[in-house]
Amino acid sequence: MENLLNIFVKSIFIDNMIFAYFLGMCSYLAVSKKYKTAAGLGAAVIFVLAITVPLNWLAYNMLLKEGALTWISPELANIDLEVLKFIVFIAIVAAFVQLIEMVIEKFSPSLYNSLGIFLPLIAVNCSILGAALFLPTREYDLAEATVFGLGSGIGWFLAVVSLAAIREKMAYSDVPKPLRGLGITFIVVGLMAFGFMSFQGFKLPFNRTDDQPKEVSSIESPKDNQVVVETIKIEQ
Amino acid sequence: MSDKIEKKAAEPLLSKKRKELLSNPMDSDNPITIQVLGICSALAVTIALEGTVIMALAVFFVLVLANVIISALRNTIPNRIRIIVQLVVVASLVAVVDQVLRAYAYEQSKALSVFVGLIITNCIVMGRLEAFALGNKPWDSFLDGVGNSVGYGWIIIAIAFVRELFGAGKLFGFPVFESLGLDYIGNGFFATPAAACIILGVIIWILRARSGYVED
Repeated sequence: MENLLNIFVKSIFIDNMIFAYFLGMCSYLAVSKKYKTAAGLGAAVIFVLAITVPLNWLAYNMLLKEGALTWISPELANIDLEVLKFIVFIAIVAAFVQLIEMVIEKFSPSLYNSLGIFLPLIAVNCSILGAALFLPTREYDLAEATVFGLGSGIGWFLAVVSLAAIREKMAYSDVPKPLRGLGITFIVVGLMAFGFMSFQGFKLPFNRTDDQPKEVSSIESPKDNQVVVETIKIEQ
Repeated sequence: MSDKIEKKAAEPLLSKKRKELLSNPMDSDNPITIQVLGICSALAVTIALEGTVIMALAVFFVLVLANVIISALRNTIPNRIRIIVQLVVVASLVAVVDQVLRAYAYEQSKALSVFVGLIITNCIVMGRLEAFALGNKPWDSFLDGVGNSVGYGWIIIAIAFVRELFGAGKLFGFPVFESLGLDYIGNGFFATPAAACIILGVIIWILRARSGYVED
């Protein structure tokens, strides 16, 4: 339980999809002009992430991982289908999004009207596929994977809603002409990412020895910032 | 069909229109700074030049081939399932790239981690397939693919240049400042992802100030 809470907090604040990994940036920038649309897409992302991450976890651990097929017959223990993970993950995401769209349209037209137009966009949102691709390297169990998906979605939602709020306010500012639109948005996102970096100093209260966030002791040393994008290695 | 082929033969291999297909995405219609596509990887992988160059090459390979394949199939793909067809083609190409990287550049493939896989949902690839390859001939699509991936590549390499030079004082792992006899302590700011955002914002500012493009 403590472990789950840890992953939940970590995936919202510390490993935020936008500010730590820059996943889902395209739609993030495209929909963040208005607060309302941002909230709509954010809600759709939470929903889809919370469901596709466990689905992809099942696909990976029951089909793709080396030795995963032993539940069918022990002779299949040597089969490693990991090369297929891209195709399987994206197919699951795309099919699921299509399915959800049809179900929502059928049973809840009002929800469809508010959420529906964003659903097709989500199939190609990097954060959905990205969360699935993190699964092989982080050895979560099913409950942890679900919490990770949910937390990542909430993190994305927070990021998109706060950027939209800032951009709405920014309409009243006098930005230099060539910087208007995309340019200033990037700078704002950069500054927000700085804000979120302060969460890295958090010591999560629940003891987990393996991936507790390292303390960023001094901003001068790039080595310490490896934790920011933990899997991208800086040549030292 | 036959007159189509004749028309194609009549147009020179690199006519003016085709040269524009190649050169526009590098500058006035750049996928990153103007079309706002493929941002995720542009920000996340640019911490060091070596990985960035590999990423640019991977995107080049995937985008050009996917463009050509989809363009060759464009008359046989049913409109309703085109997204899935595109995703499958791109995903297979990315699987090839991933396997090649694992075999010949294992360290880099580990460092790039999920971002190689995320070429699948890189909006540049999907965007060009949707906007161009579905409606144009293979050769034109090839040029469009080359133009866009080079346009993407030079921007991410420019970001990585700044980030690695000032963040670690190195270029391709070579200690530039030390070899000049200067003492340089890496500026951790440039190693953070936040810096990538700000550098990209500034690059966009410079390019747009030069071209006069104003977004409203």
